[in-house]
Amino acid sequence: MAILVYTENWEGKFKKSTFELLSYGSEIAKLMECELIALTIGKVEENELKVLGKYGASVVYKIQDPKLETFTAKSYTRAIAAVVKDLGANVILFSNNTNGKAISPRLAVKFNASLAPGVMQLPSSTDPFVVRKRVYSGKAFADFELNSEIKILTLNTNSFQIIENNKEIVTKEFAVEIPDADLVAKPLEVNMAKGQILITEAEILVSAGRGLKGPENWGMIEELAQVLGAGTCCSRPVADLNWRPHHEHVGQTGKVVAPNLYIAIGISGAIQHLAGVNGSKVMVAINSDPEAPFFQSANYGIIGDAFVVVPKLIEAFKKFKAG
Amino acid sequence: MKVLLCIGHVPDTTSKIRFVEGDTQFNKSDIQYIIGPYEELALTRLLEIKEKIGDLTITVINVGLAETEATLRKALAVGADDAIRVDAEPLDAYFVACQIAEVFKQSGFDFIVTGKESIDFNGAQVGEMISEILDIPSISSTSFIDIVGGKAKLDREIDGGKESLELAFPFVSTAGKGFAIEPRIPGMRGIMSARTKPMKIVSPQTQNAKTKAVKYYLPPSKSGCKYVDNENVGELVRLLHEEARVI
Ligand SMILES: Cc1cc2nc3c(=O)[nH]c(=O)nc-3n(C[C@H](O)[C@H](O)[C@H](O)COP(=O)(O)OP(=O)(O)OC[C@H]3O[C@@H](n4cnc5c(N)ncnc54)[C@H](O)[C@@H]3O)c2cc1C
Ligand SMILES: Nc1ncnc2c1ncn2[C@@H]1O[C@H](COP(=O)(O)O)[C@@H](O)[C@H]1O
Repeated sequence: MAILVYTENWEGKFKKSTFELLSYGSEIAKLMECELIALTIGKVEENELKVLGKYGASVVYKIQDPKLETFTAKSYTRAIAAVVKDLGANVILFSNNTNGKAISPRLAVKFNASLAPGVMQLPSSTDPFVVRKRVYSGKAFADFELNSEIKILTLNTNSFQIIENNKEIVTKEFAVEIPDADLVAKPLEVNMAKGQILITEAEILVSAGRGLKGPENWGMIEELAQVLGAGTCCSRPVADLNWRPHHEHVGQTGKVVAPNLYIAIGISGAIQHLAGVNGSKVMVAINSDPEAPFFQSANYGIIGDAFVVVPKLIEAFKKFKAG
Repeated sequence: MKVLLCIGHVPDTTSKIRFVEGDTQFNKSDIQYIIGPYEELALTRLLEIKEKIGDLTITVINVGLAETEATLRKALAVGADDAIRVDAEPLDAYFVACQIAEVFKQSGFDFIVTGKESIDFNGAQVGEMISEILDIPSISSTSFIDIVGGKAKLDREIDGGKESLELAFPFVSTAGKGFAIEPRIPGMRGIMSARTKPMKIVSPQTQNAKTKAVKYYLPPSKSGCKYVDNENVGELVRLLHEEARVI
């Protein structure tokens, strides 16, 4: 029996979401009295691998293969499946991000496993295995019973506290045969937005809507975000009007985010918008209309003109940061 | 060319969600059902491609009981050519994927499109599961698709960027945002012709569910918004620091 965590790296570095996942896995390992094993694919320095032990892994499987330098769902699933077999893992954990979402359903088919995507807390019981996830786009939650021998979970970002367990790791090099047929869906070109805070990972998000009137007014939004070390995002019409890039769009048809703090400026709070942000711990609404629906969901509200309130808020946060 | 578009039959995005039978069943009464928003965008884009290349038959499929036929008819009214309903209660994502994979095998399509995520179960799994069952490539969270010179061109959203690729058939693409901007709305002619377009009912394969929803919960109601005077925004900073402890 073992718990396997797929620890994704970005150019050899792990991210906060991976540490959340390991912390989550450690707690499940305690509940089930078994070991926590991490798996990395690609080139990661020995020193960086040690970080996986810090958050609870005792063994790290390491796969390094030129064929896995670019991602395809098929090849990564094959590699991870080989490790699952080698270990006899019965709980497999992924972050609920793009690649985790692409691999986990395939792996579930391979092993006849039960899959619970987007979980946000520890299982309430491990026999039967019951976990909770959001359903109806955050308008409800449901407890799911996973009936198969092997269980696969994907964990939402920002939903589990990081816990240090400080284990010494044993690294195990592992090799997998990847047939060329697995690589046909290989990207020809990859375009990364440079130097931005990923909105799905950010702890604080400053978001603005059509109330801002036009793209030329986003300077103050960016400044507020910068003061707070936050990411920026927006409502759908703002992206559709090309005031802001599409990857900033949050909501039912955009990205789902769950930061600790979500500041919504000039956003009415339509139900489709809230569907993407209602997992946030604390929400602040700033709107000139006291009747704006957002105030019904927000924890804190300021009724006022964004063009007056936001500059004042920037000054207030600056003062706070300066201590 | 033939494409199989998997459409969900889901509560309208503004629906009020309630549960019955000791919070173990979704309350279907007074709910308006719609085509899943991503599938609606996918249908729009596939119609654009059809208009461009001419040779593309769009078949929509749903795994569901007779109640979902109205949703399939709506897709026919928007412009899909024909519809298939697998006559079964969708037990879980794996069950649904098995049914669709079977139809694909029986009827020979060139590719499959699903939405990237349903708005009821929010699983984001059906598309990838279909591709694994069929052992064909999958492109998740596709933000662009086109067919040029017998090959498919796609963009895939990744964390912090996008990938572009070119692919031979068959494959599964799960459609995300960007597939199309505004969904097409059926016109009068579409609605009329939808009535006579073929709708095939097929019997399901036997398959057990691997997951089961045992209880539903509504989110705790917010304790109410605390207002801060717009003349005194420093108070918000204090509350976020001392009370909410998020900065
Ligand atoms: C199927 C479907 C899916 C959808 N998906 C999404 C989605 O994923 N994400 C999303 O965001 N929307 C989505 N929508 C759209 C959604 O219904 C709303 O139309 C949208 O969220 C409104 O955006 P907004 O709040 O920026 O603009 P508006 O509704 O125009 O609101 C602007 C707000 O700004 C306020 N305001 C104006 N001037 C000022 C000022 N000077 N200072 C302060 N406040 C001011 C106004 O009072 C108003 O509340 C979807 C809709 C449908 C039908
Ligand atoms: N019962 C169903 N019938 C047909 N397609 C479905 C069904 N359920 C889900 N899908 C498709 O699978 C996608 C992903 O669903 P899910 O895995 O539930 O998030 C949806 O966007 C639909 O395209």
